Amino acid sequence: MLTCKEVSKLVSQSLDRRLSLVEWVGLRLHFALCEGCRHFREQMAFIHRACQRYPD
Amino acid sequence: MNNQTNPGHIPASALEEFRPYLLRYALLQLRDNALAEDAVQETLLAALESRSKFSGKSSPKTWLTGILKHKIIDLFRKQAKEATQFSLEAELENGVGDFDVLFQPDGHWNTLPQAWADPLKNLENKKFWEIFEVCVKLMPANTARAFMMREFLGSSTEEICKDMQISATNCWVMLYRARMSLRLCLGHNWFGGNFEGK
Repeated sequence: MLTCKEVSKLVSQSLDRRLSLVEWVGLRLHFALCEGCRHFREQMAFIHRACQRYPD
Repeated sequence: MNNQTNPGHIPASALEEFRPYLLRYALLQLRDNALAEDAVQETLLAALESRSKFSGKSSPKTWLTGILKHKIIDLFRKQAKEATQFSLEAELENGVGDFDVLFQPDGHWNTLPQAWADPLKNLENKKFWEIFEVCVKLMPANTARAFMMREFLGSSTEEICKDMQISATNCWVMLYRARMSLRLCLGHNWFGGNFEGK
C-alpha cells in the first residue's frame, strides 16, 4: 500500500508523465481509502487549472 | 474595440492596449523588470510586423500571449544554459526534505488535507490572482523556471530536462516541490483556516 507521502509525489508526476499501471492502481486503491489524499489530488488539479487560466 | 476581425486589420494602437496585460504575464515568469519589458516590446513589434498573419480565429489577447510565450521560452532556454550546474544542484540539495514536515515518519499526513471550498470560483477573483502571484514568486529560481515551463508555457518534461540539463527524476522533483509550495502558500494565505504545517 502506498503511503500518503508517496501518493503526493505520484499525483504530481501524473501531471508530467504517464503513470505505470501498477502506480495507477496503487493510487486508485489509496484514494478509495484516504479522504486527505483525495483532497490533495483535487488541490493539485486546481493548481494546474489555475495556471492554465492565469491571468485571466 | 471594433469587432472586425479581418486579417491584418488590428490597428497598432489596439496592440498597445495589451501592453499592461503582457507585462504582468512576463514579469511573473521572468522576475526581472528589464527582461520582462524587453520581451513585451519584442512581442508587440513581432505582432506589428506579422499582423497580416493574424487570422482572427483566436482573440488578439490569445494571439499576443502565444507570441510572448515563445519569447519567454527562448529567454528561459538562454538562462538555463547560463545557470551553472552548481546553482541547480545546490537548489535541489537544499530542498531535500522541505515537505517532510507535512508527513509523519510512516508517510501519513500529519494533518489531513481539507477540501478547498469551491476553488474554481476564485479564478474570477482579482485578489486571488494577487496572492497566486506572490506565492509563485516565493519559489526558488530554478524550481520556478521548471514550473513555469511546464504549467504556463506547456513544455514537456523531456524539453525541460534537456534545457536545464537535469535528469527526468530531478525534473519531477522540482515540479513536485513547486506544486507543494504553491499549495501550501495558497492554503495559508487564501483558503485559510486550519491548514497543515502551520
